[in-house]
Amino acid sequence: MANFPERDESTLPLWPEPAEPDLVRFENVGLRYGIGPEILRDIDFSIPPQSFQFLTGPSGAGKTTLMKLVMQTLKPTRGRVTLFGENVSQHSQAELARLRRKIGVVFQDFRLLDHLTTYENVALPLLVQGREESSYRAEVIELLRWVGLGDRMHVPPVILSGGEKQRAAIARALIGQPALLLADEPTGNVDPGLARRLLRLFIELNKSGTAVVIATHDLALMDMVDARRLVLAEGHIHVYE
Amino acid sequence: MSMNEPPIGAQARFGAWFVAFRARAGLRFARMQPAAQAMQDFLLKPLLIPRDRVLAPVLPAKSRSGAALMLVIAIMTFLAGLTAGAVHLVADASRDWSRAIAREMTIQVRPAPGRNLEADVAAAADLARRQRVIEEVRVMDRREGEKLLEPWLGTGLDLGDLPVPRLIVLRLANGPAPDLASLRAALAERVPNAILDDHKLWLGRLKAMADTLVGIGLLILTLVLLATALAVAFATRGAMAGTAQIIDVLHLVGAEDTYIARQFQGHFLRLGLKGGAAGALAASAFFLVGGLIFGRGAQGTALEQVEALFGRFSLPFRGFLSVLVIGVLVAFVTGVVSRVTVYRTLRGMEQAQ
Repeated sequence: MANFPERDESTLPLWPEPAEPDLVRFENVGLRYGIGPEILRDIDFSIPPQSFQFLTGPSGAGKTTLMKLVMQTLKPTRGRVTLFGENVSQHSQAELARLRRKIGVVFQDFRLLDHLTTYENVALPLLVQGREESSYRAEVIELLRWVGLGDRMHVPPVILSGGEKQRAAIARALIGQPALLLADEPTGNVDPGLARRLLRLFIELNKSGTAVVIATHDLALMDMVDARRLVLAEGHIHVYE
Repeated sequence: MSMNEPPIGAQARFGAWFVAFRARAGLRFARMQPAAQAMQDFLLKPLLIPRDRVLAPVLPAKSRSGAALMLVIAIMTFLAGLTAGAVHLVADASRDWSRAIAREMTIQVRPAPGRNLEADVAAAADLARRQRVIEEVRVMDRREGEKLLEPWLGTGLDLGDLPVPRLIVLRLANGPAPDLASLRAALAERVPNAILDDHKLWLGRLKAMADTLVGIGLLILTLVLLATALAVAFATRGAMAGTAQIIDVLHLVGAEDTYIARQFQGHFLRLGLKGGAAGALAASAFFLVGGLIFGRGAQGTALEQVEALFGRFSLPFRGFLSVLVIGVLVAFVTGVVSRVTVYRTLRGMEQAQ
């Protein structure tokens, strides 16, 4: 009987580790409102983990609509949407909420709640999860300080400047440590200087492991970074790696 | 991917911090070291956020529609409280009348040809006195009998020639019911022109009237609660339309429908409790003031009529308790209806997508 060297079971995988699934995958997705024409047709693309891409196209091409489809606040009329490896076509509202917590969104119009303070706005994603305030207070304060809003924590958004609102919206998107960050025209309401700084912020976030999708039609902004581009035009999507 | 110009210091620092932040947070959430957390809370709480700081509700606490709804709820509760109090007063008055009438019986002795009316009255009274459960026997004299007819025949008439019956009022003692059959038999044998009236017919009518009033009161209460529920349902829909953007944001940051419904329920429950408390207090004050006014003694014909109908107009403790319960019930209905309405509306929004 031959002597084989002893196997160290703890270090050897029994089967190959599965590749990390795409965060978002659209397959043959189409969308129409009512009985009108399809405004998005045969959309096929994916967003791999830790990737960085621009979603671009002319105004009205459907960038925001596509982001709503990713967030599942809109349902496609055909095709398959997979989020974090899960086919979401039959997902309940509670299951969708669970997946949305892995995605941070920054809106063009910020969508901060005016009756809440900056601190409460940023803490909202954690609050809706039913977590105790004491469990996240330190993180929220730390994040607010780092985005430069440490002295604006207890003021309502109405008295924040545009740049401060943008930073508060970004902080809200980041506080849940999302795997994917969607930013819809994040530089649309800010001056070019701040736009550049925000872009660098997104790049640093991406380096820390967060996949980033920036919807924009600002060609100058896109030229600053050599990144993947998803171009929407006439209802179709074209991916330029 | 590369940036065409080097990142400036602040962004680089932020990136480094964010990596550290994620690592620290991951470690914290994974291990949840209670001592470290407690120490962190202890250090941060007093420095950064006042101890008594309360997070604002996710829905705006104050709004015009909210104030209007609170007023509607207060008015509804007030009306329901008045109804409940009136039901208590009528039911108590009816019970008092029933008790008073049930403790009384009457023997009516009619004049008959060839019989001595006075002797018949005395004999009937004597038979009644032999009953153990009859506490008091009072023979009404002829003048008292004639006075009872005055409301119908008028005053100043000589009724001497009319065959006016004589009445004997029997007051029963508390305890077992009298043996009416034996009394009736004895009366039929010795005083055949006497009739024993145990007021059963009146008692039946009184009970029917009291039951009807209580039924009407309960119907009004049900209608008031129904109207409140409908008002709340419409107000909730209005509030949801007004807070559509908030609901949208809540959905996008990962809130479940149950969480949103809970917020609306809490919001409307607070409104319901405030409105219900105001209405219940107003209704209680109404009965307290009414009780004080009538407690001093009714003055004037109108007040006497009210006193005749409602007795002393003093609401018993359980009456005030009912008003309080109605206030709480209205608040509860408000909370439940808003929750159900929110769920239905959210389902509708989901299906419309």
